[in-house]
Amino acid sequence: MRRGSPFAPLRPLAPGPRLGLGVLFFALFLGAWAAATYGGLIKPLFLADPGKTLRSGVQLFVEFGFLQDIGITVFRVVGGFLLAAAVGVPLGILMGAFKPFEALLEPFISFARYLPASAFIPLLILWAGVGEAQKLLVIFIGAFFQLVLMIAVVIGETRRDLMEAAYTLGAGQSSVVRRVMLPGAAPHIAETLRLVLGWAWTYVIVAELVGAEAGIGHRIMDSQRFLDTGQMIFCIVIIGLIGLGSDLAVKRLNAWLFPWYASR
Amino acid sequence: MSGAPQLTIAGLARRFPGPRGGPPTEALAPLDLTVARNEFIAILGPSGCGKSTLLRIVAGLDQPSAGRVLLEGAEIAAPGADRGMVFQSYTLFPWLTVAENIGFGLRERGVPAAERARIAAAWMGRVGLDGFARHYPRMLSGGMQQRTALARALANDPKILLLDEPFGALDHQTRSLMQELLLGIWEAAQKTVLLVTHDIEEALFMASRVLVMTARPGRIKSAVAVPFPYPRAYTLKTTPEFAAIKARLTEELREETRLAAG
Repeated sequence: MRRGSPFAPLRPLAPGPRLGLGVLFFALFLGAWAAATYGGLIKPLFLADPGKTLRSGVQLFVEFGFLQDIGITVFRVVGGFLLAAAVGVPLGILMGAFKPFEALLEPFISFARYLPASAFIPLLILWAGVGEAQKLLVIFIGAFFQLVLMIAVVIGETRRDLMEAAYTLGAGQSSVVRRVMLPGAAPHIAETLRLVLGWAWTYVIVAELVGAEAGIGHRIMDSQRFLDTGQMIFCIVIIGLIGLGSDLAVKRLNAWLFPWYASR
Repeated sequence: MSGAPQLTIAGLARRFPGPRGGPPTEALAPLDLTVARNEFIAILGPSGCGKSTLLRIVAGLDQPSAGRVLLEGAEIAAPGADRGMVFQSYTLFPWLTVAENIGFGLRERGVPAAERARIAAAWMGRVGLDGFARHYPRMLSGGMQQRTALARALANDPKILLLDEPFGALDHQTRSLMQELLLGIWEAAQKTVLLVTHDIEEALFMASRVLVMTARPGRIKSAVAVPFPYPRAYTLKTTPEFAAIKARLTEELREETRLAAG
Protein backbone atom coordinates (compact mmCIF):
# COMPACT_ATOMS: atom_id res chain seq x y z
CA MET A 1 0.00 0.00 0.00
CA ARG A 2 1.24 3.46 -0.89
CA ARG A 3 2.31 5.88 1.82
CA GLY A 4 -0.40 8.40 2.55
CA SER A 5 -3.15 6.00 1.61
CA PRO A 6 -6.22 6.47 3.83
CA PHE A 7 -6.42 2.68 4.08
CA ALA A 8 -3.20 2.33 6.07
CA PRO A 9 -4.21 0.51 9.29
CA LEU A 10 -5.43 2.80 12.08
CA ARG A 11 -4.64 5.95 10.10
CA PRO A 12 -6.95 8.71 11.34
CA LEU A 13 -9.24 10.48 8.89
CA ALA A 14 -9.66 14.27 8.65
CA PRO A 15 -12.95 15.54 10.16
CA GLY A 16 -14.36 16.59 6.76
CA PRO A 17 -14.12 13.23 4.99
CA ARG A 18 -15.20 11.47 8.14
CA LEU A 19 -18.44 13.39 8.38
CA GLY A 20 -18.93 13.07 4.63
CA LEU A 21 -18.63 9.30 4.67
CA GLY A 22 -20.96 9.02 7.63
CA VAL A 23 -23.62 11.09 5.85
CA LEU A 24 -22.99 9.19 2.61
CA PHE A 25 -24.11 5.92 4.12
CA PHE A 26 -27.34 7.45 5.39
CA ALA A 27 -27.91 8.71 1.82
CA LEU A 28 -27.17 5.27 0.36
CA PHE A 29 -29.58 3.69 2.80
CA LEU A 30 -32.28 6.21 1.95
CA GLY A 31 -31.60 5.66 -1.76
CA ALA A 32 -31.95 1.89 -1.46
CA TRP A 33 -35.17 2.31 0.49
CA ALA A 34 -36.59 4.71 -2.11
CA ALA A 35 -35.55 2.44 -4.99
CA ALA A 36 -37.16 -0.62 -3.40
CA THR A 37 -40.46 1.10 -2.61
CA TYR A 38 -40.93 3.57 -5.50
CA GLY A 39 -39.62 0.93 -7.91
CA GLY A 40 -42.42 -1.42 -6.83
CA LEU A 41 -40.08 -4.10 -5.57
CA ILE A 42 -41.84 -4.16 -2.19
CA LYS A 43 -45.57 -3.67 -1.72
CA PRO A 44 -46.66 -0.61 0.36
CA LEU A 45 -48.45 -3.00 2.72
CA PHE A 46 -45.09 -4.28 3.91
CA LEU A 47 -42.93 -1.22 3.58
CA ALA A 48 -44.02 2.38 3.12
CA ASP A 49 -42.00 4.61 0.82
CA PRO A 50 -40.02 7.55 2.26
CA GLY A 51 -42.60 10.13 1.19
CA LYS A 52 -45.48 8.24 2.77
CA THR A 53 -43.44 7.74 5.93
CA LEU A 54 -42.77 11.43 6.20
CA ARG A 55 -46.44 12.27 5.67
CA SER A 56 -47.38 9.72 8.35
CA GLY A 57 -44.90 11.39 10.63
CA VAL A 58 -46.44 14.82 10.13
CA GLN A 59 -49.83 13.28 10.75
CA LEU A 60 -48.55 11.70 13.95
CA PHE A 61 -47.39 15.03 15.28
CA VAL A 62 -50.42 17.04 14.15
CA GLU A 63 -53.29 14.64 14.82
CA PHE A 64 -52.06 12.12 17.36
CA GLY A 65 -50.02 14.22 19.79
CA PHE A 66 -46.83 12.30 19.05
CA LEU A 67 -44.75 14.82 20.96
CA GLN A 68 -46.38 13.62 24.16
CA ASP A 69 -45.54 10.03 23.28
CA ILE A 70 -41.94 11.01 22.75
CA GLY A 71 -41.92 12.92 26.03
CA ILE A 72 -43.27 10.01 28.06
CA THR A 73 -40.84 7.57 26.46
CA VAL A 74 -37.85 9.83 27.12
CA PHE A 75 -39.04 10.21 30.70
CA ARG A 76 -39.17 6.42 31.12
CA VAL A 77 -35.76 5.86 29.59
CA VAL A 78 -34.08 8.58 31.61
CA GLY A 79 -35.94 7.64 34.78
CA GLY A 80 -35.15 3.93 34.60
CA PHE A 81 -31.58 4.64 33.56
CA LEU A 82 -30.99 7.11 36.41
CA LEU A 83 -32.45 4.64 38.91
CA ALA A 84 -30.14 1.91 37.64
CA ALA A 85 -27.16 4.27 37.68
CA ALA A 86 -27.91 5.62 41.16
CA VAL A 87 -27.83 2.13 42.65
CA GLY A 88 -25.57 0.39 40.16
CA VAL A 89 -22.61 2.76 40.07
CA PRO A 90 -21.96 2.84 43.84
CA LEU A 91 -22.50 -0.91 44.07
CA GLY A 92 -20.15 -1.51 41.14
CA ILE A 93 -17.51 0.68 42.76
CA LEU A 94 -17.80 -1.25 46.03
CA MET A 95 -17.49 -4.56 44.17
CA GLY A 96 -14.56 -3.40 42.08
CA ALA A 97 -12.60 -1.94 44.97
CA PHE A 98 -13.34 -4.39 47.78
CA LYS A 99 -13.02 -8.06 46.97
CA PRO A 100 -15.35 -9.35 49.74
CA PHE A 101 -18.20 -7.40 48.10
CA GLU A 102 -17.23 -8.88 44.78
CA ALA A 103 -17.14 -12.41 46.19
CA LEU A 104 -20.55 -11.89 47.76
CA LEU A 105 -22.39 -10.34 44.83
CA GLU A 106 -20.58 -11.22 41.60
CA PRO A 107 -21.92 -14.78 41.22
CA PHE A 108 -25.51 -13.69 41.77
CA ILE A 109 -25.30 -10.68 39.48
CA SER A 110 -23.64 -12.76 36.76
CA PHE A 111 -26.63 -15.07 37.00
CA ALA A 112 -29.16 -12.25 37.12
CA ARG A 113 -27.85 -10.43 34.10
CA TYR A 114 -28.77 -13.35 31.88
CA LEU A 115 -32.40 -13.06 32.92
CA PRO A 116 -34.00 -11.22 30.01
CA ALA A 117 -35.74 -8.06 31.16
CA SER A 118 -38.60 -8.64 28.74
CA ALA A 119 -39.37 -11.98 30.41
CA PHE A 120 -40.08 -10.08 33.62
CA ILE A 121 -42.81 -7.97 32.04
CA PRO A 122 -45.72 -10.30 32.95
CA LEU A 123 -44.45 -10.61 36.51
CA LEU A 124 -43.85 -6.90 36.82
CA ILE A 125 -47.38 -6.18 35.61
CA LEU A 126 -48.61 -8.51 38.31
CA TRP A 127 -46.50 -6.74 40.94
CA ALA A 128 -46.60 -3.14 39.85
CA GLY A 129 -49.59 -2.88 37.53
CA VAL A 130 -49.33 -1.27 34.12
CA GLY A 131 -48.33 2.15 35.38
CA GLU A 132 -45.04 4.02 35.19
CA ALA A 133 -43.45 2.00 38.00
CA GLN A 134 -43.65 -1.14 35.89
CA LYS A 135 -42.05 0.57 32.85
CA LEU A 136 -39.23 1.97 34.97
CA LEU A 137 -38.65 -1.42 36.54
CA VAL A 138 -38.26 -3.14 33.16
CA ILE A 139 -35.55 -0.66 32.22
CA PHE A 140 -34.01 -0.88 35.66
CA ILE A 141 -33.74 -4.68 35.44
CA GLY A 142 -32.40 -4.51 31.91
CA ALA A 143 -29.73 -1.94 32.76
CA PHE A 144 -28.84 -2.53 36.40
CA PHE A 145 -27.11 -5.92 36.41
CA GLN A 146 -25.04 -5.25 33.31
CA LEU A 147 -24.08 -1.84 34.66
CA VAL A 148 -22.92 -3.13 38.05
CA LEU A 149 -20.63 -5.72 36.51
CA MET A 150 -19.14 -3.32 33.98
CA ILE A 151 -18.45 -0.67 36.63
CA ALA A 152 -16.86 -3.30 38.90
CA VAL A 153 -14.54 -4.35 36.06
CA VAL A 154 -13.58 -0.75 35.27
CA ILE A 155 -12.73 -0.04 38.93
CA GLY A 156 -10.87 -3.36 39.26
CA GLU A 157 -8.69 -2.37 36.31
CA THR A 158 -7.24 0.63 38.15
CA ARG A 159 -3.52 0.85 37.41
CA ARG A 160 -1.69 -0.75 40.32
CA ASP A 161 1.39 1.43 39.76
CA LEU A 162 -0.69 4.58 40.26
CA MET A 163 -2.07 3.16 43.49
CA GLU A 164 1.46 2.37 44.64
CA ALA A 165 2.64 5.85 43.74
CA ALA A 166 -0.20 7.28 45.83
CA TYR A 167 0.73 5.08 48.79
CA THR A 168 4.34 6.28 48.64
CA LEU A 169 3.03 9.86 48.65
CA GLY A 170 1.33 9.20 51.97
CA ALA A 171 -2.16 8.30 50.79
CA GLY A 172 -4.21 5.95 52.97
CA GLN A 173 -6.65 3.34 51.72
CA SER A 174 -9.70 5.56 51.57
CA SER A 175 -7.60 8.21 49.83
CA VAL A 176 -6.51 5.72 47.20
CA VAL A 177 -10.15 4.91 46.48
CA ARG A 178 -11.20 8.57 46.39
CA ARG A 179 -8.18 10.14 44.76
CA VAL A 180 -6.90 7.39 42.46
CA MET A 181 -9.54 4.76 41.70
CA LEU A 182 -12.51 7.06 41.22
CA PRO A 183 -10.92 9.81 39.11
CA GLY A 184 -8.99 7.25 37.07
CA ALA A 185 -12.11 5.24 36.33
CA ALA A 186 -14.42 8.23 35.84
CA PRO A 187 -14.12 8.47 32.02
CA HIS A 188 -14.65 4.73 31.69
CA ILE A 189 -17.66 4.91 34.00
CA ALA A 190 -19.09 7.71 31.86
CA GLU A 191 -18.47 5.64 28.74
CA THR A 192 -20.20 2.64 30.34
CA LEU A 193 -23.19 4.81 31.24
CA ARG A 194 -23.39 5.98 27.62
CA LEU A 195 -23.49 2.38 26.44
CA VAL A 196 -26.13 1.37 28.99
CA LEU A 197 -28.28 4.37 28.09
CA GLY A 198 -28.40 2.95 24.57
CA TRP A 199 -29.61 -0.38 25.90
CA ALA A 200 -32.26 1.36 28.00
CA TRP A 201 -33.79 2.57 24.72
CA THR A 202 -34.32 -0.97 23.52
CA TYR A 203 -35.92 -2.00 26.79
CA VAL A 204 -38.33 0.92 26.91
CA ILE A 205 -39.88 -0.02 23.59
CA VAL A 206 -40.33 -3.61 24.71
CA ALA A 207 -41.96 -2.36 27.89
CA GLU A 208 -44.28 -0.12 25.91
CA LEU A 209 -45.39 -2.83 23.53
CA VAL A 210 -47.26 -4.46 26.42
CA GLY A 211 -49.87 -2.68 28.50
CA ALA A 212 -48.98 0.92 27.73
CA GLU A 213 -51.38 3.76 26.98
CA ALA A 214 -48.77 6.20 25.72
CA GLY A 215 -45.22 6.23 24.44
CA ILE A 216 -43.46 5.51 21.17
CA GLY A 217 -43.76 1.74 21.61
CA HIS A 218 -47.49 2.06 22.25
CA ARG A 219 -47.78 4.19 19.11
CA ILE A 220 -46.09 1.45 17.08
CA MET A 221 -48.61 -1.12 18.35
CA ASP A 222 -51.47 1.24 17.47
CA SER A 223 -50.10 1.72 13.97
CA GLN A 224 -49.86 -2.02 13.52
CA ARG A 225 -53.60 -2.32 14.06
CA PHE A 226 -54.16 -0.11 11.03
CA LEU A 227 -51.28 -1.71 9.08
CA ASP A 228 -49.81 1.78 8.77
CA THR A 229 -46.19 0.89 7.96
CA GLY A 230 -45.44 4.57 7.38
CA GLN A 231 -46.20 5.42 10.99
CA MET A 232 -44.33 2.39 12.28
CA ILE A 233 -41.22 3.24 10.34
CA PHE A 234 -41.43 6.87 11.34
CA CYS A 235 -41.59 5.87 15.03
CA ILE A 236 -38.56 3.63 14.62
CA VAL A 237 -36.61 6.36 12.84
CA ILE A 238 -37.46 8.82 15.63
CA ILE A 239 -36.12 6.37 18.22
CA GLY A 240 -32.94 6.08 16.21
CA LEU A 241 -32.57 9.85 15.89
CA ILE A 242 -33.10 10.46 19.61
CA GLY A 243 -30.63 7.69 20.38
CA LEU A 244 -28.05 9.18 18.02
CA GLY A 245 -28.62 12.66 19.43
CA SER A 246 -28.30 11.63 23.06
CA ASP A 247 -25.26 9.54 22.26
CA LEU A 248 -23.49 12.48 20.62
CA ALA A 249 -24.49 14.75 23.48
CA VAL A 250 -23.08 12.36 26.09
CA LYS A 251 -19.90 11.92 24.05
CA ARG A 252 -19.43 15.71 23.98
CA LEU A 253 -20.17 15.93 27.68
CA ASN A 254 -17.58 13.26 28.44
CA ALA A 255 -14.94 14.98 26.33
CA TRP A 256 -15.65 18.21 28.16
CA LEU A 257 -15.65 16.59 31.60
CA PHE A 258 -12.41 14.66 31.06
CA PRO A 259 -10.02 16.82 29.04
CA TRP A 260 -7.05 14.81 30.32
CA TYR A 261 -8.39 11.62 28.83
CA ALA A 262 -7.44 10.98 25.21
CA SER A 263 -9.31 7.98 23.86
CA ARG A 264 -6.78 6.95 21.27
CA MET B 1 27.59 11.65 57.58
CA SER B 2 27.57 11.02 61.28
CA GLY B 3 25.63 9.49 64.13
CA ALA B 4 23.43 6.42 63.96
CA PRO B 5 22.55 5.04 60.54
CA GLN B 6 19.34 6.44 59.14
CA LEU B 7 18.35 3.24 57.40
CA THR B 8 19.17 -0.24 58.68
CA ILE B 9 18.43 -3.36 56.69
CA ALA B 10 19.03 -6.56 58.65
CA GLY B 11 18.80 -10.15 57.41
CA LEU B 12 16.36 -9.13 54.71
CA ALA B 13 15.13 -11.98 52.49
CA ARG B 14 12.31 -12.30 50.03
CA ARG B 15 10.98 -15.55 48.66
CA PHE B 16 8.24 -15.67 46.01
CA PRO B 17 6.00 -18.73 45.91
CA GLY B 18 6.66 -20.96 42.93
CA PRO B 19 4.15 -21.33 40.13
CA ARG B 20 1.68 -24.23 40.56
CA GLY B 21 3.19 -25.28 43.86
CA GLY B 22 6.68 -25.53 42.35
CA PRO B 23 9.81 -24.59 44.26
CA PRO B 24 9.79 -20.99 45.53
CA THR B 25 12.01 -18.34 43.93
CA GLU B 26 14.59 -16.79 46.20
CA ALA B 27 14.68 -13.15 45.10
CA LEU B 28 16.75 -11.76 47.95
CA ALA B 29 19.19 -13.74 50.06
CA PRO B 30 19.59 -12.52 53.63
CA LEU B 31 20.99 -9.07 53.07
CA ASP B 32 22.37 -6.43 55.44
CA LEU B 33 22.92 -2.78 54.73
CA THR B 34 23.23 0.41 56.72
CA VAL B 35 22.82 3.81 55.16
CA ALA B 36 23.88 7.08 56.78
CA ARG B 37 21.92 10.30 56.51
CA ASN B 38 22.45 12.13 53.21
CA GLU B 39 24.24 9.25 51.56
CA PHE B 40 23.64 8.72 47.87
CA ILE B 41 23.65 4.96 47.33
CA ALA B 42 23.46 3.37 43.93
CA ILE B 43 22.56 -0.31 43.67
CA LEU B 44 23.85 -2.09 40.59
CA GLY B 45 22.95 -5.60 39.63
CA PRO B 46 22.01 -7.91 36.77
CA SER B 47 18.34 -7.94 35.88
CA GLY B 48 16.30 -10.20 38.14
CA CYS B 49 18.76 -9.89 41.04
CA GLY B 50 16.09 -8.51 43.35
CA LYS B 51 17.31 -4.90 43.46
CA SER B 52 13.84 -3.57 42.68
CA THR B 53 12.38 -5.94 45.26
CA LEU B 54 14.77 -4.49 47.83
CA LEU B 55 13.61 -0.97 46.99
CA ARG B 56 9.95 -1.96 47.09
CA ILE B 57 10.40 -3.48 50.55
CA VAL B 58 12.02 -0.28 51.81
CA ALA B 59 9.11 1.64 50.29
CA GLY B 60 6.69 -0.67 52.12
CA LEU B 61 5.09 -1.86 48.89
CA ASP B 62 6.33 -5.43 49.41
CA GLN B 63 6.77 -7.48 52.57
CA PRO B 64 10.00 -9.35 53.36
CA SER B 65 9.93 -13.09 54.04
CA ALA B 66 12.51 -12.60 56.77
CA GLY B 67 14.51 -9.80 58.35
CA ARG B 68 13.56 -6.18 58.86
CA VAL B 69 14.05 -2.63 57.74
CA LEU B 70 14.42 0.19 60.24
CA LEU B 71 14.08 3.84 59.35
CA GLU B 72 15.49 6.00 62.14
CA GLY B 73 14.96 3.08 64.50
CA ALA B 74 11.33 2.43 63.59
CA GLU B 75 10.40 -0.71 61.70
CA ILE B 76 8.87 -0.24 58.28
CA ALA B 77 5.59 -2.06 57.82
CA ALA B 78 3.69 -0.02 55.23
CA PRO B 79 4.27 2.70 52.64
CA GLY B 80 4.51 6.23 53.97
CA ALA B 81 5.25 9.79 52.97
CA ASP B 82 8.66 9.60 54.68
CA ARG B 83 9.93 7.46 51.79
CA GLY B 84 9.36 9.10 48.41
CA MET B 85 9.61 6.94 45.32
CA VAL B 86 10.12 7.47 41.59
CA PHE B 87 9.22 4.47 39.44
CA GLN B 88 10.64 3.36 36.13
CA SER B 89 7.19 3.42 34.52
CA TYR B 90 5.37 6.71 34.13
CA THR B 91 3.15 6.99 37.18
CA LEU B 92 1.88 10.55 37.09
CA PHE B 93 -1.85 10.75 37.70
CA PRO B 94 -3.20 11.42 34.21
CA TRP B 95 -6.24 13.37 35.47
CA LEU B 96 -4.13 15.86 37.42
CA THR B 97 -2.11 18.71 35.97
CA VAL B 98 1.64 18.92 36.53
CA ALA B 99 1.13 21.29 39.48
CA GLU B 100 -1.61 19.11 40.98
CA ASN B 101 0.54 16.01 40.60
CA ILE B 102 3.38 17.69 42.47
CA GLY B 103 0.93 18.78 45.17
CA PHE B 104 -0.66 15.32 45.57
CA GLY B 105 1.16 14.35 48.76
CA LEU B 106 0.85 17.86 50.21
CA ARG B 107 -2.90 17.76 49.73
CA GLU B 108 -2.97 14.41 51.48
CA ARG B 109 -1.45 16.14 54.52
CA GLY B 110 -4.00 18.95 54.38
CA VAL B 111 -1.67 21.68 53.11
CA PRO B 112 -3.88 24.55 51.90
CA ALA B 113 -4.26 25.12 48.14
CA ALA B 114 -2.29 28.37 47.99
CA GLU B 115 0.64 26.83 49.82
CA ARG B 116 0.50 23.75 47.57
CA ALA B 117 0.62 25.94 44.49
CA ARG B 118 3.59 27.85 45.89
CA ILE B 119 5.56 24.69 46.67
CA ALA B 120 4.65 23.13 43.32
CA ALA B 121 5.80 26.26 41.49
CA ALA B 122 9.13 26.21 43.34
CA TRP B 123 9.71 22.57 42.40
CA MET B 124 8.68 23.14 38.80
CA GLY B 125 11.36 25.80 38.66
CA ARG B 126 13.97 23.45 40.11
CA VAL B 127 13.23 20.65 37.62
CA GLY B 128 12.89 23.00 34.66
CA LEU B 129 9.14 22.82 34.14
CA ASP B 130 8.25 26.49 34.47
CA GLY B 131 5.16 27.26 32.45
CA PHE B 132 3.84 23.70 32.48
CA ALA B 133 1.74 23.97 35.65
CA ARG B 134 -1.56 23.41 33.83
CA HIS B 135 -0.39 20.74 31.41
CA TYR B 136 -1.68 17.20 31.71
CA PRO B 137 0.86 14.34 31.77
CA ARG B 138 -0.13 13.07 28.31
CA MET B 139 1.07 16.38 26.85
CA LEU B 140 4.59 15.87 28.27
CA SER B 141 7.60 13.99 26.95
CA GLY B 142 8.99 11.05 28.91
CA GLY B 143 11.79 13.14 30.39
CA MET B 144 9.38 15.84 31.50
CA GLN B 145 7.10 13.25 33.06
CA GLN B 146 9.95 11.81 35.09
CA ARG B 147 11.06 15.29 36.17
CA THR B 148 7.50 15.87 37.38
CA ALA B 149 7.56 12.53 39.19
CA LEU B 150 10.82 13.54 40.84
CA ALA B 151 9.35 16.89 41.88
CA ARG B 152 6.23 15.11 43.15
CA ALA B 153 8.33 12.85 45.39
CA LEU B 154 10.55 15.69 46.63
CA ALA B 155 7.73 18.18 47.25
CA ASN B 156 6.62 15.81 50.00
CA ASP B 157 10.01 16.34 51.70
CA PRO B 158 10.63 12.62 52.39
CA LYS B 159 13.48 11.42 54.60
CA ILE B 160 14.63 9.02 51.88
CA LEU B 161 14.24 9.17 48.14
CA LEU B 162 13.87 5.77 46.46
CA LEU B 163 14.60 5.73 42.74
CA ASP B 164 13.80 2.57 40.77
CA GLU B 165 15.57 3.02 37.43
CA PRO B 166 13.81 6.36 37.04
CA PHE B 167 15.61 7.21 33.81
CA GLY B 168 15.54 3.69 32.38
CA ALA B 169 13.01 4.48 29.68
CA LEU B 170 14.69 7.69 28.53
CA ASP B 171 17.09 8.19 25.64
CA HIS B 172 20.78 8.61 26.40
CA GLN B 173 21.01 12.41 26.08
CA THR B 174 17.90 13.05 28.15
CA ARG B 175 19.15 10.59 30.72
CA SER B 176 22.46 12.45 31.10
CA LEU B 177 20.66 15.73 31.64
CA MET B 178 18.37 14.10 34.19
CA GLN B 179 21.39 12.76 36.08
CA GLU B 180 22.90 16.23 36.33
CA LEU B 181 19.55 17.65 37.39
CA LEU B 182 19.08 15.04 40.10
CA LEU B 183 22.64 15.43 41.30
CA GLY B 184 22.23 19.19 41.51
CA ILE B 185 19.04 18.82 43.51
CA TRP B 186 20.65 16.30 45.86
CA GLU B 187 23.71 18.50 46.40
CA ALA B 188 21.44 21.42 47.32
CA ALA B 189 18.69 19.61 49.25
CA GLN B 190 20.77 17.01 51.14
CA LYS B 191 18.60 13.95 51.13
CA THR B 192 19.29 10.24 51.51
CA VAL B 193 18.96 8.55 48.13
CA LEU B 194 18.70 4.89 47.16
CA LEU B 195 19.02 4.54 43.40
CA VAL B 196 18.51 1.23 41.63
CA THR B 197 20.04 1.14 38.17
CA HIS B 198 21.76 -1.14 35.71
CA ASP B 199 23.75 1.75 34.26
CA ILE B 200 27.28 1.74 35.74
CA GLU B 201 28.11 5.24 34.53
CA GLU B 202 24.92 6.60 36.06
CA ALA B 203 25.66 4.93 39.39
CA LEU B 204 29.25 6.14 39.48
CA PHE B 205 28.48 9.68 38.38
CA MET B 206 25.90 10.38 41.07
CA ALA B 207 26.46 8.07 44.02
CA SER B 208 28.72 8.42 47.04
CA ARG B 209 28.65 4.63 47.41
CA VAL B 210 27.96 2.00 44.79
CA LEU B 211 26.74 -1.46 45.77
CA VAL B 212 27.00 -4.38 43.38
CA MET B 213 24.48 -7.13 43.88
CA THR B 214 24.93 -10.77 42.96
CA ALA B 215 22.75 -12.74 40.60
CA ARG B 216 19.59 -14.16 42.16
CA PRO B 217 19.19 -14.67 45.05
CA GLY B 218 20.53 -11.16 45.42
CA ARG B 219 22.98 -10.22 48.12
CA ILE B 220 25.56 -7.46 48.23
CA LYS B 221 28.72 -8.58 46.50
CA SER B 222 30.82 -5.48 46.94
CA ALA B 223 30.59 -1.88 47.97
CA VAL B 224 32.64 0.85 46.35
CA ALA B 225 33.06 4.21 48.04
CA VAL B 226 33.18 6.68 45.16
CA PRO B 227 36.13 9.02 45.77
CA PHE B 228 35.04 11.98 43.61
CA PRO B 229 34.11 15.10 45.59
CA TYR B 230 30.84 16.97 45.11
CA PRO B 231 29.76 19.07 43.30
CA ARG B 232 30.44 16.93 40.29
CA ALA B 233 30.24 18.03 36.67
CA TYR B 234 29.46 15.88 33.65
CA THR B 235 33.10 16.21 32.55
CA LEU B 236 33.91 13.79 35.36
CA LYS B 237 32.68 10.97 33.16
CA THR B 238 35.61 11.40 30.77
CA THR B 239 38.40 11.39 33.36
CA PRO B 240 40.77 8.40 33.58
CA GLU B 241 39.97 7.92 37.29
CA PHE B 242 36.30 7.57 36.45
CA ALA B 243 37.13 5.14 33.65
CA ALA B 244 39.24 3.01 35.99
CA ILE B 245 36.50 2.51 38.58
CA LYS B 246 33.99 2.02 35.82
CA ALA B 247 36.15 -0.74 34.33
CA ARG B 248 36.35 -2.47 37.68
CA LEU B 249 32.61 -2.30 38.26
CA THR B 250 31.98 -3.48 34.71
CA GLU B 251 34.06 -6.55 35.38
CA GLU B 252 32.21 -7.36 38.61
CA LEU B 253 28.81 -6.83 37.09
CA ARG B 254 29.68 -8.84 34.02
CA GLU B 255 30.44 -11.88 36.10
CA GLU B 256 27.08 -11.69 37.84
CA THR B 257 25.21 -11.04 34.64
CA ARG B 258 26.78 -14.14 33.11
CA LEU B 259 25.66 -16.14 36.14
CA ALA B 260 22.19 -14.66 35.90
CA ALA B 261 21.95 -15.48 32.20
CA GLY B 262 23.39 -18.80 32.89
